[in-house]
Amino acid sequence: MSDKNKSIVYGLYNDETELLSAVKAANSAHLTIMDVFTPFPIHGLDPLLGLQESRLHIGGFIYGLLGTLTAFLGMTWIFTKDWPQIYGGKPHWAVPAFIPITFELTVLFASIGMVVTFYIINGLGPGVVNPCIDPRITDDKFCLAFDAHEVDPIQAENLLRSTGAAEINSKTL
Amino acid sequence: MSAVVSPIREPLITGHKSYHDITEDLVSPTEKTPGRAWVLAFLTAVSVLAFGLFCITWTIWHGIGTWNLNRTIGWGWDITNFVWWIGIGHAGTLISAILLLFRQKWRTGVNRAAEAMTIFAVLCAALFPGIHVGRVWVVFYFFPYPNTRGPIWPNFDSPLLWDLFAISTYFTVSLLFWYTGLVPDFATVRDRAKGFRKKVYNTLSFGWTGSAKHWQRWESLSLILAGIATPLVLSVHTIVSFDFATSVIPGWHTTIFPPYFVAGAIFSGFAMVLTLMIITRKVLNLQDYITIEHIESMNKVILVTGTIVGVAYLTELFIAWYSQYPYEQFAFFNRALGPYWWAYFGMMFCNVVSPQFFWVKKFRRNITLTFFLSIVVNIGMWFERFVIIGTTLARDYLPSSWSFYIPTWVEIGIFIGTLGLFFTLYLIFVRVAPVVAIAEIKSILKSAGDQYVGPNAKHHDHGHGESESHQHETEVVETVVEPVEDHKTEKSGKTSNTYVPVSRNTSSEKDDLKKIEGIGPKIEQALNNAGIQTWYDLSQRTASEIKDILNAAGNNFSQHDPGTWAKQAKLASEGNWEALKAYQDKLDGGKEVI
Repeated sequence: MSDKNKSIVYGLYNDETELLSAVKAANSAHLTIMDVFTPFPIHGLDPLLGLQESRLHIGGFIYGLLGTLTAFLGMTWIFTKDWPQIYGGKPHWAVPAFIPITFELTVLFASIGMVVTFYIINGLGPGVVNPCIDPRITDDKFCLAFDAHEVDPIQAENLLRSTGAAEINSKTL
Repeated sequence: MSAVVSPIREPLITGHKSYHDITEDLVSPTEKTPGRAWVLAFLTAVSVLAFGLFCITWTIWHGIGTWNLNRTIGWGWDITNFVWWIGIGHAGTLISAILLLFRQKWRTGVNRAAEAMTIFAVLCAALFPGIHVGRVWVVFYFFPYPNTRGPIWPNFDSPLLWDLFAISTYFTVSLLFWYTGLVPDFATVRDRAKGFRKKVYNTLSFGWTGSAKHWQRWESLSLILAGIATPLVLSVHTIVSFDFATSVIPGWHTTIFPPYFVAGAIFSGFAMVLTLMIITRKVLNLQDYITIEHIESMNKVILVTGTIVGVAYLTELFIAWYSQYPYEQFAFFNRALGPYWWAYFGMMFCNVVSPQFFWVKKFRRNITLTFFLSIVVNIGMWFERFVIIGTTLARDYLPSSWSFYIPTWVEIGIFIGTLGLFFTLYLIFVRVAPVVAIAEIKSILKSAGDQYVGPNAKHHDHGHGESESHQHETEVVETVVEPVEDHKTEKSGKTSNTYVPVSRNTSSEKDDLKKIEGIGPKIEQALNNAGIQTWYDLSQRTASEIKDILNAAGNNFSQHDPGTWAKQAKLASEGNWEALKAYQDKLDGGKEVI
């Protein structure tokens, strides 16, 4: 959706099962699908579109690890090097007492990191205005869109029609 | 979609909802002008909040001396209220995180509101540690940051500091989790809005499009956030209990505190969710989304956690006796039979006895009883915290320093003020955001809607066969394809001579008459009953004929003006959508504007 002035041909379906069979039909007709827009996540769609599994969880792990290290090493440095003090007869490096904060910062770093990454890689955020193909996509329509430059528009329209699209349209975004 | 659901499962969405109905039902409360009840409730909440703010100002201006705390009793209503609010703030993330991991579908009906409640409750809770330290203006000393005082750091070995980290993390993660779930729903609101509202919701929805890749990442993110929020929820109240358990006060210094506090937190959190949802579903007409089934599920959680809390109370008593430690024994003797005996028995009755009603299915499904008991449980959980804090502190090791504590009007005012804050925020929330998660409800519709599962289910074929059989009739090849839908060529009876866009209709016998501005589901039903099934049928009737049908259908219908319906239906039956849209834009509620 990033590049502007894109001509698309799209069909709107009334039901996700129709959309799934349309995506299958497009795959077997070797029509490159630009994107699919739906009001809610459709299970079974990702493999049909050839989408790789999201790597967000790897990011989450790295951010979490960063939190663990920040908390644990930070407290270690403060209590052993920067300002050593004895509290309640505990040793300076009181590892068990560091665990709660280490855990909390692990969770905090992982969550914030993942959420921020999520919005950045999706190109979403406050003030972002993406072109709206059809306002009913966030309501009850399931949209299958082709890039008019990548596929033959007539062929795409025929495919949309034969797979039962309730509406077919073309648009320049 | 695979909708293989056990036949014994009860539907979680009733009323034979379509996807569009769901949008309509859940977005409309944010689009209407607030009713009188809302305005009244809001004004009350804001006034109570204002009084709370006054009491807080009073405290800060005159100092903590305005509270009845003394040398013996260092924690009173402030920490009681803090723990109480934090406990209430546990249900939201439990519902959205733990129940997501357990794949409990009923969570979708209540998770949005419960998470909102969590965030507001944590805000109320965080207020108390902030003001009870006395010098509020240096409260940022809590946080470790390189400062010019040494730098001097907070004590990382102290449970009170762990608590600060736990609560801040919990608040932040809950907020992120909640907002990420809201983004697609704000997009739904945005796409129905106009003008300034559209701008506001466009900002709130972050430019959400519903692209497949976005959804995939969104689901991945939700799942991982749920995975890490689950231990987080359990850690928060564990750490709150450390505030007590790591001390050397008899009655506090017990290893049972963490699980007992967590169970108590879930217990009170669910009670508050029930109190709020029973009112909300009634006021916003969400009975189809928050069903008796949801209420029963939550009552089961209340029963389990209430019983765990009861077992913990009894274990404490047993261990006090069994330990043979006189100070511990005295602490419990004093709780039950000392000057605060009423608080102890209030707690026992509200938390241990009252949830036992829910062993009976009939009671679990009784809304009035559930509402009443949910309030009883919250009172009981407040007593629990007061018993642990106030009663225990009032009689310490030295009888010469024993004391008695009753709150001043300032302390009571601050507590009531937090209730005002909580309800103010909740009332704003129900006007601004969809109270039930729209996208999530849609995604469980086919496995939990009552037209698919349960006793009223009927067989759905999703109209595949039909759409395929239409392929052969499709012969129009246009370069610019007009949006054509649901047109009935065979009924219009004019297929032979005039050009008519060929039907790609996937449904069977009838058209969606609601496309006509002014016709809602009820009127559509009335028209269908009178034999009007398609747009063509409708376009052939005069306004007075339609008026007669409406009058016959009852008083509620006769006020509608069907003057333009036939004209609109004609455009619809011809598939002339652009003209119809242009015409409808000029109409106001289906009537021509003079």
